[in-house]
Amino acid sequence: MSTTTLTPAPAGSADTTPARPAAEEGRIGLRANLRHIGALARRNLLQIKKDPESMFDVLLMPIIFTLLFVYVFGGSVGGSLGGNRQDYLNYLVPGLMAMMGMNIAMAVGTGVNDDFRKGVMDRFRTMPIARSSVLIAKIVVELGRMMVAIVILLAMGFALGMTLGTSLLGLLGAVALSAVFGAAIMWIFIVLGLAMKTAQAVQGMGMLVLMPLQFGSSIFAPPTTMPGWLQTFTDYNPLSNLADAVRGLMMGGPVADSVWVTLAWAAAITLVMAPLAVSKFRKKA
Amino acid sequence: MERNDRNPSNGRNAVEVRGLVKHYGSTKALDGVDLDVREGTVLGVLGPNGAGKTTLVRCLSTLITPDAGHAVVAGYDVVKQPRQLRRTIGLTGQYASVDEKLSGRENLYMIGRLLDLPSKQAKARADELLERFSLTEAAKRACMEYSGGMRRRLDLAASMIGSPAVLYLDEPTTGLDPRTRNEVWDEVQRMVAEGATVLLTTQYMEEAEQLAKELTVIDRGRIIARGGVDELKAKVGGRTLQIRPSDPAELAAMAQAIREAGLDGVAGAQAVPDEGLLYVPILSDEQLTAVIGLLGVRGFSLAHVSTALPSLDEVFLAITGDKAAHHSDQAPQEVAA
Repeated sequence: MSTTTLTPAPAGSADTTPARPAAEEGRIGLRANLRHIGALARRNLLQIKKDPESMFDVLLMPIIFTLLFVYVFGGSVGGSLGGNRQDYLNYLVPGLMAMMGMNIAMAVGTGVNDDFRKGVMDRFRTMPIARSSVLIAKIVVELGRMMVAIVILLAMGFALGMTLGTSLLGLLGAVALSAVFGAAIMWIFIVLGLAMKTAQAVQGMGMLVLMPLQFGSSIFAPPTTMPGWLQTFTDYNPLSNLADAVRGLMMGGPVADSVWVTLAWAAAITLVMAPLAVSKFRKKA
Repeated sequence: MERNDRNPSNGRNAVEVRGLVKHYGSTKALDGVDLDVREGTVLGVLGPNGAGKTTLVRCLSTLITPDAGHAVVAGYDVVKQPRQLRRTIGLTGQYASVDEKLSGRENLYMIGRLLDLPSKQAKARADELLERFSLTEAAKRACMEYSGGMRRRLDLAASMIGSPAVLYLDEPTTGLDPRTRNEVWDEVQRMVAEGATVLLTTQYMEEAEQLAKELTVIDRGRIIARGGVDELKAKVGGRTLQIRPSDPAELAAMAQAIREAGLDGVAGAQAVPDEGLLYVPILSDEQLTAVIGLLGVRGFSLAHVSTALPSLDEVFLAITGDKAAHHSDQAPQEVAA
């Protein structure tokens, strides 16, 4: 049989000698990588389009949380802040913006876990694409979902009478900071999603970690009335830093410290978790 | 095990596997596998469930890393050059690896884009393959609404987008009804006719016969036989004669009578008391007549006689001489083809 009938392929002819020196050959360039991320993000968007119910969390969470906290706790917490319900609204909405990223990050973990039990991941992992591109595409789309949630949250806040203490620039800074920190947290949940057996386990674990972090912070109430040991916890809790930074950027007050600490946390989490996630993704059998 | 020297010198190997080992805990999924696939040919890897077929394919497609040994596919080492390798292979697994929520066209377009086709070309290629795999009408429907056969065809189409030099088909028709199975076979035969090199794993002798000229039989992670389809068929006798005696107690005596008679080309007889059946691999109608004639002359009374195409079990019966070999703990006998 003639060997010239072989279907032409980019890397061409089969050769029995394995020696192909250039280790760089086959590396994926930046532009190709961006194109792959684009194609994969399009997949995630199409999934949302086919299953609009998957947007319910993003659409309803900001509305329900705002109404719930403002009308249930607003009167009493607002009072102890030395003001009223309206003052609590101004305190709460920046906190909720910080919180929103956490809950959406958890959805990334369950989504990755779900995806992995389907054959399509095998296809991606046998294709000439950077393995991180599948995960980055997911994060890009989830950040988009987070933006939708934040827009609804802000609309809700302004509708209920929230007043912006700074400028539009400050508001945009607050949104950007929430997104950066949210993206970092997504890597943690991707690692969890890859490590745990079921999506339910990811969700259970996520709640277990997130609840104390969210409530043991300055998101919902100022920690000044909390006992000393809890104040120590909230001081070191990165969610407090994020909430304080977002609040400062939106409502005024000193922000430099909390912004830098938040960015440092985001960088540290990403530097540790992103490589771990990619390596887990690569090794997952 | 001896290298397979059947390869004509002009055929280069698209796949070369030497001493491949993969353990999962104490389970040896692959226990030193050697095999070659020549360019432009189909190698059938035949084995029962759990033989290590899927582990082999996953090693060769960079999904898992072997513990020892090495493999070269299309000139690329599977461990050292996975990135280059992924440009030259296509994989269709037992489970359809397409996105269920997306439509057939959306899936193929996405894969085209991931293979760096420009948008227009990716669309054209998707439509071309949808047409070829008779999926044009279903192109816009979500894959979760597809039938099993349609999904498998879409999966094949997805594997073909990059015109891979080497295609792995891991049990491509397991779980499909006979009609759909034929459709998939037709497609595979077409790909091979167009020059693809295929490594096909299957549990079905019939499938291996249909698609492959060369076979490797694998069991518990080891190669237990290899050779041409005709050779292995000769080994299993082409068909198996199943004889049910009126009195099951006579099974052993019948088997002994056949073995001692030394009929030309009749390899042996296996009594299976649990089933009340005597299995005799045969090559021809003459042998069938001779076996029945012999039993009649010896005065055995027969209740039922039938023949069956060789099943995988019969391949094992012929190769290992022990029907239960692959269920017991005893190591299978090595039989070089």
